[in-house]
Formats: sequence, C-alpha cells, structure tokens
Amino acid sequence: MQASAKPEFSVNIVTNLTTPASRETSAALPMRMTISKLNFSYGPKQILFDINMGIADKKVTALIGPSGCGKSTLLRTLNRMYETVSTSRLEGEILLDGQDILAQDVTALRRRVGMVFQRPNPFPKSIFDNVAYGPRINGYKGSLADTVEKSLRHAALWDEVKDHLHKSAYELSGGQQQRLCIARALAVEPEVLLMDEPCSALDPISTAKIEELMVELKNLTTIAIVTHNMQQAARVSDFTAFLLTGQIIEFSPTPHLFTTPSDPRTEAYITGRFG
Amino acid sequence: MSNGRLRWRKFVSNFMLAMTGVCAFVSVLVLFFILGYLLFNGGTSINWDFFTKLPKPVGEAGGGMANAIVGSGKILLLASLMGVPIGFLGGIYLAEFSGKGMASVVRYAADLLNGVPSIVIGIFAYSLVVLPFKHFSALAGAFALGMMMIPITLRSTEEFLKSVPRMLREAAMALGASKWKTIVTVIVPAAYRGIMTAILLALARVAGETAPLLFTAFGNRFESHGWSQPTATLPVMIYTYAVSPYDDWHRQAWAAGLVLLGLVLIINILARTILSRGIAVPRS
Repeated sequence: MQASAKPEFSVNIVTNLTTPASRETSAALPMRMTISKLNFSYGPKQILFDINMGIADKKVTALIGPSGCGKSTLLRTLNRMYETVSTSRLEGEILLDGQDILAQDVTALRRRVGMVFQRPNPFPKSIFDNVAYGPRINGYKGSLADTVEKSLRHAALWDEVKDHLHKSAYELSGGQQQRLCIARALAVEPEVLLMDEPCSALDPISTAKIEELMVELKNLTTIAIVTHNMQQAARVSDFTAFLLTGQIIEFSPTPHLFTTPSDPRTEAYITGRFG
Repeated sequence: MSNGRLRWRKFVSNFMLAMTGVCAFVSVLVLFFILGYLLFNGGTSINWDFFTKLPKPVGEAGGGMANAIVGSGKILLLASLMGVPIGFLGGIYLAEFSGKGMASVVRYAADLLNGVPSIVIGIFAYSLVVLPFKHFSALAGAFALGMMMIPITLRSTEEFLKSVPRMLREAAMALGASKWKTIVTVIVPAAYRGIMTAILLALARVAGETAPLLFTAFGNRFESHGWSQPTATLPVMIYTYAVSPYDDWHRQAWAAGLVLLGLVLIINILARTILSRGIAVPRS
C-alpha cells in the first residue's frame, strides 16, 4: 500500500513545482530543465528509477542522499557525461528549455550545461589559458582578456590572481583551483551549472567561499548541486531532492524538506539516523 | 635465539648489501670505462678536421668524417619523419579509440616488431627499397631505422596518453570539446613532454644502429648529395675503420665512437631537460 503510494506522491511534488498554481512557490516558477520518467542503467545494473523532477531557473537545486543512491549519476545525465561509459542506457526524457537534450549535438549541449567536478581539475596550463579554454574551442571571437576577467570576477577569484594570470594553475591552493574551475565553466556562459560535490575535497574556509559564490551565481545561471553535506544543501539551495536507492523519495523547497519532511525516510536521513 | 644464528643472519644481510652495492657500482663503471677508453684512444683524433674534412685516401694521415656526421644526421632526420608520425598517431589510436581486442593485437605486434633483430630489419629494407631501386641509398637506411622507431614511439605515446588523469578529459568534454578536440588541446599537451622524451630516446637508440645500415645506406668515402646515393654514417664508418689494418683508421674509429656516444648523451640530456620543464600534471 505504502510502496505504491510513494512514486505518485513525488510526482505530485513535481507538479506542484512546475505548475504556476503551486502552493509553495507563490508565483509561476519557470523550469530550466525537466526530467520525466527517467530510468538509467550501467550495464545490467539499474541506477535510477522513474525520476521526475524539474530544475528551476535561476535557483539552486540540491540532490542529497547516502553514497550510492544515484545522485551523481542523475547529475551526469543532465549533460550526458554518462555517455563516456559505453554500457550506459537511458530511458525517459530530459528537456532543456523545452528541447530534448538527447536529440541535440552533445558538444553543443555541454556548452549550455556546464559542470564542476568533485576534485579541482584544472588543465596543466596557465590560469588564463584555463579560463580561456572554453571560449577558444568554441571559436569565440570577442576579447578573451575581458571574458577571462569577467569569469574570474564571477568566481570571486580575480583579486587573488589578477597579477599572475600566466602562472600555472597548479600553483593555486585547492580552493582557488576549484574556483578557477568554476570560472572556466562560467566562461562559456552556461545556462545551467552542474556541481558534483564541489567542496568534498576542500577545507572549511574554501567551502564557505564556494557556498557564498553559489548563492551569488544564481543571478547568472541555474545551479544543480550534488552534495553529501546536508547542512550545505540547507544553506545554499532553494529546492532539495532526497534520493534513496535510485528513487526520488522527496522533492520539495529546501526549508520545507528540512523542517517538515513528508516522508519518514527523509526525516531519518536528515536527522542522521542513516547515511 | 642463539648467538651464532644471529651472527649468521647479520653476515648474510651485510653480504647481500655489499653485493648489491658492488653490482650497482659495476654497472656505472662500465659506462665510465667505455667513455674513458674512447677518450684515451680517440681523443687525440678529435679535432676541427674530424668534423669538417672528408676521409683521406688510404695511406694519407689526417682527414675527417664530415660526410658520416652529415649522413647520420640526414638519415636520422628522415627516419624520424617516417617513424615518428606513424608511431605517434598509432599510439593515439591505441590509447583513445581502439577497442580492447584490437588494442591488444596492435600492442603485441608492436612489441614483436620492437624485438625483431635489427639485421633482419636491414634485410627487409634491402629487399624492399634497395633492390627495386638497384641502389644503396640514404632513403633505404632511413626506411630501416624509421621502422625501428615506430614501435618505441607507438608504445610510449600510448603509455603517456593513458597516464593523463581521467578528470582532465572530463573537464574538457564538459566544456563542449569533442573527443578529437579534447585529445589535441588537453590530452596530448598534458602528455607532450613524456612523448617527446620517448621520441628522443628512440632516436638515440637507432642512432647507434649499424646492422640495418650495412646493406641499406652502405657507406661512402665522399659526400653524398640527395637521398638516393650510398651514404656514410658514423656507426658503419666505425665498423669499416675498426676492421681495417691501418693504425690511423683505428684511431679515427675510436674518435667516431666518441662522437657517436657524445651525440647519444646530448640527446639523452635534452630529453631529460624537456621532461623537467613546463607545467607537469600532478599524479593522483
């Protein structure tokens, strides 16, 4: 009885978020991306089951859940990074601005949906060349110097690096490297920025800086973040999806999910009873 | 434990320590012995003439090996032009595009090719290039050496490309780079220094090859112009001079050996310098 009621419930939440008449989100909330009936597997192992959710425009959407729940995999479907694994199989529909992402050219899609990874992964190039990489490969014709400066400013790194843009990116600290990676992703002006546990390799001070940044970046782009840190999700996100064994258990506005979770499993997780 | 047993153990330990030390010392000693012997025997014949003059006729003292130095240079250049691109691009295919089955076949074939005795490569080049043209030539010599460079370049390119961390590939692809663009703009630049080093070491390795040149480039007492004439090279010159009955020629053979070893050392040092410069990818 309970088992059959659950998926229906999570669909209801999605409808609440997507329809203008939503009770929680007063006005119309435009969706940048919508995921419907998504099933995903690596080889014979199914990772995601019937995922339905939306990524609201100019908001931060957090995916939380215990290790192995499929939250990173879900994030990786949004820019089709899963395709690097040849045995992966995806069913369902993911829309970006109403267009099916599976029908698009994958390189064009990834220019629109940027990504920041778990561990800082700057290229073995100078700071400048790292940020300029995206615009360069995309044949950007304008002033690279301006783009680099703008992106570094958005990533709150400009003041720290402006005097040595031509030094190796590896001379930066871990936190600076991660902000450089954010600047690199911003340089192609993505509509959506995916962040896969961006602070998991960083110290608390760098983490705080990046969290601050995420809140500011909302004005610029739409953010979807995977995190294993519930406090982080509570601090930075507007919406939170709680995943367990490949299913969305609950998807609500963040204050709602953390204060009055509808599902006992969500409550158990956020109060630290497992995970 | 008895005292005697402990003393025996200590003895074995010290003995083995000493043995490993002696063996390490001997291996270094061999190099310095060769170097010293070359210097002692050939040092006196190394002068400006050696690098600038042609060999003198039999019986006349003096002369040099300018033709062999130029010839070796020409053949090594052409060999690199033939072998390096094939090995390099093949290595990219192996590391980035091929499936598991295909890759293991190519890899195994490359390892076998690497193990083919150089004299066999020489006969092959002889029958494929020398016989049809009815001419010993620099081209044939370069063909033989180029073939020897392919497997070394291929395997090391593959290894260095594979050692580039996966997260760099993902970073480039997440920015909208196609597979080919990722390889050209990120993977190869990240592995570039390793690959360059390997290519230089491959060059140093074939620079001293004699057997495949004996019946391909053959040799020449004079300057050879173009690519289709018999061409003198340092290793073959050493061979010819060393088996001759003339003392002056023996000295010149030693000098040529010294020059060849110097060349290989320079290439090695160059390779190491390249390896230690620029931005390295941290190993994780």
